[in-house]
Amino acid sequence: MSQRPIMEDDLHAYVDHALAPERRAEIASYLDDHPDVSVRVAAFAAQREQLRGALASIADEPLPVELNLSHIIESRKRRPLRAWAAIAALLLLGIGGLGGWSMRSLLPDGSSGLSALAQEAAYSYGVYAPDRVRPVEIRASDSAELTQWVSNRLKQPVKVPDLAVSGYRLMGGRLVATAHGPAAMFMYDDDHGDRLVVLTRPMSNGNQDTPMLPQSTGDVAGLAWADSGMGYTLVGQLPADTLKPIANEIRKQARPI
Amino acid sequence: MKDMLVQVEPLIPALRRYARALVRDRAAADDLVQDCLERAVSRWHQRRDGSVRAWLFTILHNLAVTQFRQATSRGRHMPIDDAGESELVSAAAQEHRVIYQDVLNKLARLPEEQRAVLLLVAVEDLSYADAAAVLNIPVGTVMSRLSRARERLVQEMDGVAPGNVVALRGMK
Repeated sequence: MSQRPIMEDDLHAYVDHALAPERRAEIASYLDDHPDVSVRVAAFAAQREQLRGALASIADEPLPVELNLSHIIESRKRRPLRAWAAIAALLLLGIGGLGGWSMRSLLPDGSSGLSALAQEAAYSYGVYAPDRVRPVEIRASDSAELTQWVSNRLKQPVKVPDLAVSGYRLMGGRLVATAHGPAAMFMYDDDHGDRLVVLTRPMSNGNQDTPMLPQSTGDVAGLAWADSGMGYTLVGQLPADTLKPIANEIRKQARPI
Repeated sequence: MKDMLVQVEPLIPALRRYARALVRDRAAADDLVQDCLERAVSRWHQRRDGSVRAWLFTILHNLAVTQFRQATSRGRHMPIDDAGESELVSAAAQEHRVIYQDVLNKLARLPEEQRAVLLLVAVEDLSYADAAAVLNIPVGTVMSRLSRARERLVQEMDGVAPGNVVALRGMK
């Protein structure tokens, strides 16, 4: 017979119904000829059925409300705004005077580095992008004033990216508060009224140059990177691969020549 | 998010079953599953192509292992033997109760790594390749752990003398 030798793995695969039909038939006929092995394989199969039977009822139990996936998805969408509201409340109460420490403990994991930057941008996006009255504090028509203001506060020369080539116009910008100090926020829109937010601020030590990485907070997607100690992030309600070329354009323009 | 709901929701009962069989405590197991689902929601767009089932079991298994390690390093062991049997077999048919309790007690005494392989393969129907991916071990290691788990459980179930195992081992 040109049959492959029977391995112990074959016996387990036989028990787990993981064999192709021809091989399964070979093992079955081997077991017919070897009652001692057959007894063990039957014991494995019986054990498998007992385990499945003993645990089956768990999967039939009604799901507790904590495991309702729709609720989990919903609460995640709302979370960025809730965290923002908590920070705003602290600032109003004057507790923010204790410093970034107390605020930082409120932020979800990864509150340093690029993910923190992208999260801050997502919070700003959540608060300012839906605002139809005053999404920006200084309009694009006064962009020289905007540039000077944010450069003074960030103690860094800040350039406002021009995204005309990507089909987005500068609406204007403002200074926003983050757990890591002031950040400059610029907002853009296109002909459909879709808005994008660019946020930039100095990075803390150890994040001088970091490659561009996709980041997402709820349904706000984005990309973040650091160049020569400055952190940049672009966020919007667009797929990350649509944002990528725009982010590349911003990175190109922001780099010191 | 719609496709996530469609693909993940039907798998939640199996995730619960795996978690409870692994940690044997209803509340702790459901906490693990909740944590797993929250991570799955936030990382849905970062997952690679492949089985969503294996991806979810990977997240859940890693959370369970982290919890085991934390519990061990605190010098506190998980309440494996203290967990009420009724929690695990509450709806099981009365005539099977004794057998079921017995197999679960024996299962609980297996080393955690063998228990995980046996549950993923024999109960959750993961392929050997998917089980290897979940546990981050080679397929060969899955097979040897599965073999050890089954032999040990069979021996414990009917008190077979270890000598009887020689026939099987000799075939490799």
